[in-house]
Amino acid sequence: MSHLDKVAFLLFRTTEQLGLKKEGTMFSRPTVLVMVLLMVMALAACGSSSSEDENRELVIMTHDSFNIGEDVIKAFEEANNATVVIQPAGDTGEALVRAILEKGNPSADLFYGIDNTYLGRALDEGIFDTYEPEGLHNIPEQFILDGSHHVTSIDYGYVNLNYDKAALAEAGLEPPVLLEQLTGRDWKGKLVVENPATSSPGLAFLIATVAYFGEDGTYDYLDFWADMRENDVLVKDGWSDAYYGDFTMYGGDRPLVVSYATSPAAEFFFSETPLTEPPTGNILIDKATFLQIEGIGILKGANSPNLARKFIDFALERRFQEDFPDKMFVYPVNPDAATPDFFKFAEVPAQPAGISAEEIGKKREEWIDAWTAVVLR
Amino acid sequence: MPILEVSNISKSFSDGYAVYDVSLTAERGEIVGLLGPSGCGKTTLLRLVAGLEQPDSGSISFDGVTLDGMAPKDRGFGLMFQDLALFPHMDVIGNVSFGLRMQHLAKDEVRQRVDDLLGVVDLTGYGHRKVHELSGGERQRVALARSLAPKPKLLMFDEPFGSLDRGLRESLQTEVRAILKEIGVTSIYVTHDRDEAFAMADSIVIMDKGSVVQAGTAQELFKAPRSELVARSLGLKNVMLGTVATPGVESPIGVFPIDDPALGNNVGARVLVLIDDRQVSIKQQGGSAEGPALEGIVDSIQFHGGESDLVIRIGEGKLSCLVRPGDVSMALAAGDSVSVVVPPHAVRLVLLDR
Amino acid sequence: MTARRLIIIGPLVYLTVFFLYPLGAILAKSLDADPFIGFGPFSRLLGDSYYLGRIWFTIWQATVSTMLTVAIGLPVAYLFAKHEFPGKTVLKAVSTVPFIMPTIVVAMGFIALAGPQGLLNSALMDIFSLDNPPIRITNTLTIIFLAHAFYNYSIIVRIVSTFWANLNPRLEESAAMLGARRFDTFIYVTLPLLLPAIVSSAVLAFAFAFTSFGVVLVLGGSQFATLEVATYELTAKLFRLELAGALAIIQMLFTYAFLLVYTRFQAGAAVRVDLVPREATSSHKRGTGQTLFLIAFVFGLLAMLSPLWALFERALSSGGGYSFTHFTGLFSNESGSYFYRSPVTVIWNSVRFAAATMAISLVVGTIVAYFLARPRRHGAGVLDALFMMPLGVSAVIMGFGFLIAFNRDPLDLRASWFILVIAHSLIAYPFVIRSVLPALRGMPVQLREAAAVLGASPTKTFLHIDLPILSRALLVGSTFAFAVSMGEFGASLLLVRPEFTTMPVAIFRLLSQPGAANIGQALAMSSILMVIVAAGFIAIERFRYKDMGGF
Repeated sequence: MSHLDKVAFLLFRTTEQLGLKKEGTMFSRPTVLVMVLLMVMALAACGSSSSEDENRELVIMTHDSFNIGEDVIKAFEEANNATVVIQPAGDTGEALVRAILEKGNPSADLFYGIDNTYLGRALDEGIFDTYEPEGLHNIPEQFILDGSHHVTSIDYGYVNLNYDKAALAEAGLEPPVLLEQLTGRDWKGKLVVENPATSSPGLAFLIATVAYFGEDGTYDYLDFWADMRENDVLVKDGWSDAYYGDFTMYGGDRPLVVSYATSPAAEFFFSETPLTEPPTGNILIDKATFLQIEGIGILKGANSPNLARKFIDFALERRFQEDFPDKMFVYPVNPDAATPDFFKFAEVPAQPAGISAEEIGKKREEWIDAWTAVVLR
Repeated sequence: MPILEVSNISKSFSDGYAVYDVSLTAERGEIVGLLGPSGCGKTTLLRLVAGLEQPDSGSISFDGVTLDGMAPKDRGFGLMFQDLALFPHMDVIGNVSFGLRMQHLAKDEVRQRVDDLLGVVDLTGYGHRKVHELSGGERQRVALARSLAPKPKLLMFDEPFGSLDRGLRESLQTEVRAILKEIGVTSIYVTHDRDEAFAMADSIVIMDKGSVVQAGTAQELFKAPRSELVARSLGLKNVMLGTVATPGVESPIGVFPIDDPALGNNVGARVLVLIDDRQVSIKQQGGSAEGPALEGIVDSIQFHGGESDLVIRIGEGKLSCLVRPGDVSMALAAGDSVSVVVPPHAVRLVLLDR
Repeated sequence: MTARRLIIIGPLVYLTVFFLYPLGAILAKSLDADPFIGFGPFSRLLGDSYYLGRIWFTIWQATVSTMLTVAIGLPVAYLFAKHEFPGKTVLKAVSTVPFIMPTIVVAMGFIALAGPQGLLNSALMDIFSLDNPPIRITNTLTIIFLAHAFYNYSIIVRIVSTFWANLNPRLEESAAMLGARRFDTFIYVTLPLLLPAIVSSAVLAFAFAFTSFGVVLVLGGSQFATLEVATYELTAKLFRLELAGALAIIQMLFTYAFLLVYTRFQAGAAVRVDLVPREATSSHKRGTGQTLFLIAFVFGLLAMLSPLWALFERALSSGGGYSFTHFTGLFSNESGSYFYRSPVTVIWNSVRFAAATMAISLVVGTIVAYFLARPRRHGAGVLDALFMMPLGVSAVIMGFGFLIAFNRDPLDLRASWFILVIAHSLIAYPFVIRSVLPALRGMPVQLREAAAVLGASPTKTFLHIDLPILSRALLVGSTFAFAVSMGEFGASLLLVRPEFTTMPVAIFRLLSQPGAANIGQALAMSSILMVIVAAGFIAIERFRYKDMGGF
């Protein structure tokens, strides 16, 4: 069926479905024909654009937290005589849904931002072509996101608990060293987390608790969450809502928040007055932090696959890798790339949660459902 | 003793005085007509009496009780607005019964009274009609019935028939006057139409620019209009200002003899010169007519019905002259020269107060 | 079919192409994804107590929120309809600002004011030397209701006050003359006459509360998820498109049923209230008592808007003192980001998209209102409800519908700013319909008939009779169309390219990173947004059609 046929079909179908057909006097057959005719004209008027040399245009779809230097992109454009268009499409989940919906006719060549919590889904949907770039061998083993080479790792970060130094000091509390402590009286009503069903760090922290407490045994992750619910854990749907809405740093009443290991460094970097150390700190409990690796992949059916491959190569080079740490507050996967000085406040956990992307892909929904049942219902 | 007494009342808005130092009385059961051009303050005066506006100074009392500061709902007056202001979301019964319901009367009593009133205004059987389904005349009757329902001590009308055509208006006037007289309610009737005022009212108050210029019965007013404006308000056609001199009164169109010796003594006094346009005639060529002839030029001719109104420019003034059908003067056109005869009995001279 | 009826074809084509088609496309696609196409997803949802709970919660929270919104909106509408006072235009503009603020920003205003460390709590703790903040409303249902009222009360205020100001004051005076107390007059005369406008605006407020996303999430927390949130979770996090599609359809059915009931009611309650020009209705003089009352009233309104003042205060404070640091910071791209756009560009984008949205909405909304206003029009209720539907459809579903519907020639709009304007206009034009319709229904017929009898062409009648009378209502519609576009960011995040960054998108980006400078700049941008929007409202307000005066 051609596009216009579809439109016409849809038009007839919808009018029928909505019961407008019954209104015989209002929509006589000639009227509908006129409507279709007008619509065809409208379609013709609106369309007919975008037919330049598409092979020189590279479109990168990504989530709306992606950030990179203007000069870096320019350098790539000049080196390859190409135009780069970066298309943010909502959060990672929304962007991925868009890529899945567009399967076969992607509006972009590359997709940036797939992490180990979404990888399984993306691979199941088969939206990516494989590519094994030169620079891959340089990346340390633990940062390889996808052994099947559909997605190439670019950056990584850790999701963990942050604390407000001043607030804890005032309350006379030391940062916890075990997650179990959080269910105790001292920490009642002190933590805000993000909903794993709506937020990436929320899901990451849930996975970390799965790794920490395990799924069976006398006290599993759901027991922990049930106790946390008893202990007044607050759940927000997004990171911004939790961090700027409920964290004591910004007027809320929760001195602990699920955030990133780089957040204290960002607080230091973006402070209004010069500081010697950040006002917040990292709580890095073994197995209770989550290593989040983000990667890039070539979308199946891309218009400019060659350019896309070149861009992946470029993204692993030092120029690119050294540009984003102070913009996205993530670590570069290329070990040769230097990070800014203040990244000394973005400590790296010794032992993050050890759960593979594969296992996450299989159990994500199960965990989220179980968590929702225990914490929210 | 008058039941309504308005004493020296004034009211100003941001654009100046709307009512200035007005006094007015009404006897029990009397219908007072308030006549004047649009914007002369009649409506404001009504609203002051109704309590919808508060006067800046002066006082109003009814039946010996002063009304200062009393809320409209406590005065027990009725007011029928120009646009009637029927409640559009209620039917006829809803409208008519509104005031009764506000008094929390028993249901049966309300129904009985509404039925009676609908009978009075000849709308029996219209109770469940929606307001917008009614004709213009029917709406007036509903509004009247609604105003009468709570048995107001004083009923005020603000040009309620203004939007109706002449025929309907005249029949309603007669009808409404009959109803008011039958009930015996004291009323104030505001209009800018003198015919309506004469038809409805027992006595007439003429207002201009926020003040009362003259009050009295129609006969009194006609007999001695106190100003040019009053004379014109009464519908007189040829109204001119003149000055007493010897041998006669000087007016813009000529000198008229004085037959009242008392008047003749007031040399220099100002008088109103009123000339009955029906008695003025055009002098036919070769014909003779009594009285002095004035030479003039036809200014305009207005036809209405069979008669026409011939306006003739004479000297510095103009004279209207009623021409009956069949009269040869009908053939005159603007610009023609004519001689006009004004017989002495057509001229009335009214001495103005200094 | 007369020429007058044919005019509806334009809006119908618009609705079909830009609403029904993308919606049909995404629903067809999402339901096709399920091998057991049919009632499977529906029976799953309706058999799950969680989703039933969401449906129930969504309905009742929207109902309570709407009642509170009306309760707050009516007195303010009275203030603006019946009183003239210095600074009225500015106050009116400012009081409509909450409607467009990004939820997270408003939340921060609420928190700055009534949060655990907020002004009120610290003051109370100081005064009564308390150890814990006495006011605890964050993350409760109460604050959701309050926030909805705060967001939407201006819909009630604008639509009702316009209608109220033009309501014939003789009706109330007649009631007074017939012995009614003020209270009785309000209950038996004013309220019934205002009802079409109240219900009309309440429907909009309800629709906004019903599809609420940000407010509920940010202020309430995850335990208060609405249908809209559940749909988002199913789509973007759980990838259960078939369930998301089914849930979206359930939400639509509820909305449509609700709208149908409303339009039936509206048609039944249609009373031809003869509206009169505004000059005839405004009061002239006030006593001291009234003046005091008025002042108290205005202060109350300003106090209600205090979350906004709190935002200004925070935007200006930096490192313990006050400065314009955050404002100047907006103008530099220190990190050299590819996504950086100067405030000038961002403001210009927002304003031009809002202007385009306004233009489209006015045309579509006015035509539809005309079509619907004819008395006893066959099927008008069905059509009215249909045209209101964009307000009740899940935003995330609609966003994806746009993406898959307009992704290939001849309608490849993905790279165009046009797609954004269209998305905004779908939420904006219902405001034009709802504000114009009561005015049209209350318009004196005789006037138009008289004009027609005097030989005026339909165009002339429209220009000289209709437009002056409708101008107020059109201004209200324009105000909201402008506001909707200025404040929208859900669709913008999904659809817009970096070069078309709007103010809310810029604020959102700033708030996606930790750090005091980010929040400072976000609030600085929010302050600019408030000022621009208020200025826009005032500009729209100042617009008068010819010299017909303020009707």
